[in-house]
Amino acid sequence: MTGGGLEKTLIDRLDRLGRWAVAGMTEFGFAAALFGESLYWLVMGGRRRQKVRLGPVVAQAWDIGIGALPIVTVLSGTIGIMLAIQGIYSLKLFGAESRVTLGVAMSTVREFAPLITGILVAGRSGSALAARLGTMRINQEIDALTVMGISPVRFLVVPALVAMLVMLPCLTLWADLVGLFAAGLYIAPQLGSTMGAYADEVISLVKMNDLWHGLAKSGIFAVLITIVGVVNGASVTGGAEGVGRMTTRSVVHAISAIVITDMIFVFMVTR
Amino acid sequence: MNGQANSVEVRDLVAYYGDRQILHEVSLDVKRGEILVIMGGSGSGKTTLLNHLLGLLVPTSGSVRVLGHDFATITPMKMQRLRTRTGVAFQSGALFSSMTVGDNIALPLREHTDLDKTTIGIMTRLKLEVVSLAGFEHLMPAELSGGMIKRAALARAIVMDPELLFCDEPSAGLDPVVASSIDDLILRLRDAMGMSIVVVTHDLDSTFKIADRICVLDKGRVLALDTVEAIRASGDQRIQNLLNRRTEEAEPDPDAYLRRLLGEAPRQTSDGAPPT
Repeated sequence: MTGGGLEKTLIDRLDRLGRWAVAGMTEFGFAAALFGESLYWLVMGGRRRQKVRLGPVVAQAWDIGIGALPIVTVLSGTIGIMLAIQGIYSLKLFGAESRVTLGVAMSTVREFAPLITGILVAGRSGSALAARLGTMRINQEIDALTVMGISPVRFLVVPALVAMLVMLPCLTLWADLVGLFAAGLYIAPQLGSTMGAYADEVISLVKMNDLWHGLAKSGIFAVLITIVGVVNGASVTGGAEGVGRMTTRSVVHAISAIVITDMIFVFMVTR
Repeated sequence: MNGQANSVEVRDLVAYYGDRQILHEVSLDVKRGEILVIMGGSGSGKTTLLNHLLGLLVPTSGSVRVLGHDFATITPMKMQRLRTRTGVAFQSGALFSSMTVGDNIALPLREHTDLDKTTIGIMTRLKLEVVSLAGFEHLMPAELSGGMIKRAALARAIVMDPELLFCDEPSAGLDPVVASSIDDLILRLRDAMGMSIVVVTHDLDSTFKIADRICVLDKGRVLALDTVEAIRASGDQRIQNLLNRRTEEAEPDPDAYLRRLLGEAPRQTSDGAPPT
């Protein structure tokens, strides 16, 4: 009798695991198909008489890029100073604090600027995208677009994707500059040097390769944020509560995807 | 392609939602230039049927032909062109909440035609005049009343001068005067532009006012499909119940009732009448 019960629990568990795996794979497939379809509309839209228009792209770019500028500035500056303090503290342990610029420059350009920008934009714009699409879905606005003969992917997803792909690397570049500048404000006086000398050192240390490493990652993050936001928005069911749930989910998923992808990218490229 | 007598042809349409069967071998035609009202109570499958007519759902079996094109075999490009020849007014309006009323109505023109701004503006205001919403094009959908939203949605549906118009519950939730004005509008559209119109509704008054033919849907089956007079004269008990707003008396079965209360009964199907 207990054996039967145990068997039943086990089968239940396996059943749930299987369903969960299938749901996960379905969602992943949906995301991949969505990305493919976005690229298709971007390239082929003109020939299908559904051009991707510049207006919405600019509007989205303004929202994603310019709107995020203040908070990116503040946080990347803070991170720059934080890195400088920690760097000098830890390098002092073996009397190498004069090498702090190298550490700060590398970690900001290669890691912290793209990461913090990606996380910020995921929280700001990825969630907004999910909420907007989710609301449009429960209001039948997506259906309305479809029956008008307007592809929702072309009309709603592609502008966001293009804007994100342009603005996230730009924001990352800006975060690089601000972060390094703010770090310099702490490092220069600590080492008894000047901002000019610090800037020279940074320029000689940071190679084009390091810059590209960060910018390439931010490009990948841009795709991740958009697709995760859209997939979650498009999967909304169950009214306003559903929109809230999927918006939260989109932020959590986007940030997880960013951090994990970052690790994989570094693992593949850096070794 | 233009000579076909029927704007919509549905043959043996079967649809499931999960493992619940919503539509049972539904067949119906919409003739050119007629107003067909699809009528039925809540849960009769009206909305599902409409979504199939719009190509938003894929049927389990059976076929849907709209303006001579079979949805099962149509290419995406042709589907897109077909959709510019049909208009849809959704129950909730489904106006894009981020755009003004004017932009909402102009959107199909902007996306599907090469007309210049001035012409689009004129055509937009023209359609707003038709639905008596002139001067409201700068408002946001959130600033409109329920009746205005329905009329704006209708204006958006007809902005491309479609050959076929679908209206989902055009007068639901409106007061009798506004509802009646929307009925007049639908009649005017058919008479002035020769549109074929499919209206889905449970409103009896408006059904008898606008319909050329009525399709009565009940529990996913076509109960009757006939002219207004024939439906009125029908001897079928279920139709008369629907027309006279009599509630359906389910046969009392105390055992089944008890089982349902105890949660032991198998799940109700989509259309189980509540125990009386």
